[in-house]
Amino acid sequence: MNEKPLLQVNDLKLYFRTTHGAVQAVDGVNFKLNANKAVVILGESGCGKSSLAKSILRLLPRNVQTYSGQVFLNNRDVMLLSEEDFRQNVRWVDMSMVPQAAMNSLNPVLRVGEQVYEPAMIHLGVRKDAAVELALKMFQHVGVPADFLNRYPFELSGGMRQRVAIAMAMVTSPALIILDEPTSALDVLTQANIFNVLKRIKKELGTSFILITHDIATSSELADEVAVMYAGQIIETGSAKDFFRSPLHPYSKKLMASVPRLRGKEEPDFIIGRPPSLVNLPSGCRFADRCSKKFEKCCQEPPTVSTDGRTVKCWLYK
Amino acid sequence: MNAKAISQQQINELERGNGNGTLLSIRDLRVWFELRKFGFGHAGYVRAVDGVDFDLGRGEAIAIVGESGCGKSSLMKTILALYRPTSGNVIFEDKDLTHLNQEGLRWYHSHVGYVQQDPYGALASFMSVKRILEEPLIIGGVTDKAKRLERIERVMEEVKLSPVADYLEKYPHMLSGGQQQRVVIARAMIMEPRFLVADEPVSMLDASVRVEILKLLRNLQETHHLSVIYITHDLSTVSYFAERIFVMYAGQVVEKASVNRLLYHPCHPYTLALLNGTSVPDAENAKTFKEVPPGEPPSLVNPPAGCRFHPRCAKAIKGLCDCEEPGEFAVEANHLVKCWLFK
Repeated sequence: MNEKPLLQVNDLKLYFRTTHGAVQAVDGVNFKLNANKAVVILGESGCGKSSLAKSILRLLPRNVQTYSGQVFLNNRDVMLLSEEDFRQNVRWVDMSMVPQAAMNSLNPVLRVGEQVYEPAMIHLGVRKDAAVELALKMFQHVGVPADFLNRYPFELSGGMRQRVAIAMAMVTSPALIILDEPTSALDVLTQANIFNVLKRIKKELGTSFILITHDIATSSELADEVAVMYAGQIIETGSAKDFFRSPLHPYSKKLMASVPRLRGKEEPDFIIGRPPSLVNLPSGCRFADRCSKKFEKCCQEPPTVSTDGRTVKCWLYK
Repeated sequence: MNAKAISQQQINELERGNGNGTLLSIRDLRVWFELRKFGFGHAGYVRAVDGVDFDLGRGEAIAIVGESGCGKSSLMKTILALYRPTSGNVIFEDKDLTHLNQEGLRWYHSHVGYVQQDPYGALASFMSVKRILEEPLIIGGVTDKAKRLERIERVMEEVKLSPVADYLEKYPHMLSGGQQQRVVIARAMIMEPRFLVADEPVSMLDASVRVEILKLLRNLQETHHLSVIYITHDLSTVSYFAERIFVMYAGQVVEKASVNRLLYHPCHPYTLALLNGTSVPDAENAKTFKEVPPGEPPSLVNPPAGCRFHPRCAKAIKGLCDCEEPGEFAVEANHLVKCWLFK
């Protein structure tokens, strides 16, 4: 493990201020990601996975109460940078993001070409013709025909728009791209196509990915590492190979059991109950109320146990 | 006429999934939408549904699988008598829906339940759960207030929204996605329908809740002996729910088979592509590329001549697939494929 990680996140916290109290959306998250790898962050809606993406990229809303921790990108703590410095030198230069429902986040009154080359002009400081050149190259990578450059978003299908959004995030050649539910609104074949594109980019350009999703089956298309998030915390990390074969945490096990399989014989199972509210979090293990293996110790905060390169936040493995 | 009726009956016998008789039959259904230029000039048709034929038995669950834009929602809305077919018939209990008057449609609608895709969008945000569930009963002519409440409570127990008193006065935004979907299902069930249409009932829900809702629908189907049409784009949930699958492409049904037959012996190249595109969690997936047919589904204004899948099909036969439309060929009893390869 001498390899220097591309991204290392230490004890990252993001709380929002609301009238009901602080929402602990991201609560002490640690993980790291090596160059040219993809980590999948799995979790149900409301577990804080989108907030985690936003806190890494510092795209914060106004009602932030606490925002702390360390984010090392290429061994530089980007949390110490000023807002302006971060905007100019990190966001879209070293890492960029494809937001959730990206296909609907394109500006409807601008040609898609303009939207793709604009970040290159701003962040790389190149002239327009060079930026268009770059945009064309990215279109090629994601499989969008060159003449789409002059089209408007409404003239493109959902899959094509998603590819444009990916091209937009890639145009400055960042080392890391954060994908927030990139395919959840798309059809099966389009989904498969987008994942083929992402795999090709990873192979040809050496880009790293953070893939945020609740869809376990498609996440396995890209994953090298898996991190499972529950109620604002990461409760299990490990390599995709280990995780998909034998998840450790009781929540991960149930999550895997809930995946409908195409040709499965065993009935999928569901998780009883609901995730806790992020305002009034239970003390101790946050999954304890829904866990079938609960015992006395679970009322205390569980430790993070590491075994064979995997970590799990559960008393069962202590 | 007589001769045709007999052959039609034979087809019915063949296609029927179980021996309990047919509840709904659809005959050569076409739903075309007219395109207009400048508001009045004719500019062609969108052929959303173009020649669909099937029978739904009593107590049978079928799934219609297809990508967005293949016409599955238009088909569903026509079955619900919300759209008028351009040609063809929808026959429910020996009554042709196209000939029903207002009164007849109300009778029909009290026998069909509809489970929408987006539960939050389907529930009126200003109505409490009680009011939402009461509305169909009032329209359906249940005048006794106590009787209405009793029906509401019974159906809520059934969809496991219990204790009922906790939910009656709540508004949709106070419920989680799964609970909202239960209210939608309760509303569909409140008139005690014989037939349920579920349009992607779980696609907006979280993975862990999905299975719960599917199991609930399955239970309702079995206890009430309901016929169900389950519309989805996700093949992996189909096997837990339906007995037969119809695969739709560009306004037509291209393959009809039982679930097991379709999953283990798919025939149509499009079905194969759909099955290949569906992921199963496995770390090996990351190492390989998926085989996906090139291109995108065709425009329904000018569908390709011949087989509508031929421009994307690797096995297309030149001179046949691109000029002649294939008929439905039986690979086996109850397994029909609309593809020249199986003639």
